[in-house]
Amino acid sequence: MHFSVLQFPGSNCDQDCIHVLSDVLGHQANYLWHKEESLGNTDAVVVPGGFSYGDYLRTGSIAQFSPVMNAVKKFASEGGLVMGICNGFQILCETGLLPGALVRNRSLQFRCEQVYLKVPTQDSPYTREIAVEDVIRVPIAHGEGCYFADDETLEKLKANDQILFQYASADGEITDDSNPNGSLLNIAGICNEARNVCGMMPHPERASESILGEEGGLKIFEGMALHFQGAPLVGSKNR
Amino acid sequence: MKAKIVITPKKAVLDPQGKTVQAALEQMGYEGVIDVHVGKYLEVDLEGDDAEAWKPKIEEACHKLFSNPVIEDYEFTIE
Repeated sequence: MHFSVLQFPGSNCDQDCIHVLSDVLGHQANYLWHKEESLGNTDAVVVPGGFSYGDYLRTGSIAQFSPVMNAVKKFASEGGLVMGICNGFQILCETGLLPGALVRNRSLQFRCEQVYLKVPTQDSPYTREIAVEDVIRVPIAHGEGCYFADDETLEKLKANDQILFQYASADGEITDDSNPNGSLLNIAGICNEARNVCGMMPHPERASESILGEEGGLKIFEGMALHFQGAPLVGSKNR
Repeated sequence: MKAKIVITPKKAVLDPQGKTVQAALEQMGYEGVIDVHVGKYLEVDLEGDDAEAWKPKIEEACHKLFSNPVIEDYEFTIE
């Protein structure tokens, strides 16, 4: 499978993503500079974390107008897999590929720590390999990761099962104490209605090797690959 | 000619910066402060003197770039 990892001025998690996708998982993975107007023969796009354009104006606000994002929008509209991590999530929200927005953490602190994530549904390429009764431990590192959307949008996310990751306690309880940034409904990650575009604030690429202490993040990338290969969902409790 | 654009967080969006600034004001002894909202101010220098012609363009830029309508409101003047 061939992944493209976007690079904006200020991206800084791009190399980690390439490392996991190619060295750990054995896929083809290439960088794609933000001035490119075509995605080439890519099978999936990763919008990595960082501080694109220095977070000027609003996080992700300038990156949405990079030439490559037109190609990403077209790719997504045709059903292509697009995953945004951290700043990548912020960019996908600004672009309108995902609903809602990420605002300043309620604590006003930049939070850099391990969190536990619960997966409410296995019905997505990104969560298909994670059992709903499990939790995965993945790091976060952000100052503006508080997910906000109006009530109508939140209802829609719930009704369509678009909430893919929620901050939880180690035993999988969705609690205020386990919410590091004040996100509504403890939302750490969502997908679009068509389920091919995903955004999440935590960094699965930093939790994908046992030598780094955690490898729960791998399941997300593995799910994307299995989905692409057309492998049927196994053990899904939803659908 | 200049467009002056003020962007503020929507009322429904929690504004922890505003709350923190408000707490500092109270710490300083100012009484009677009801609420503080922290936003952004932009100045855009424009060619010509036709404010009416610029208005829809600035409106569009406010909607697409200067603000995020999900979380922010904006208002502007051109003079």
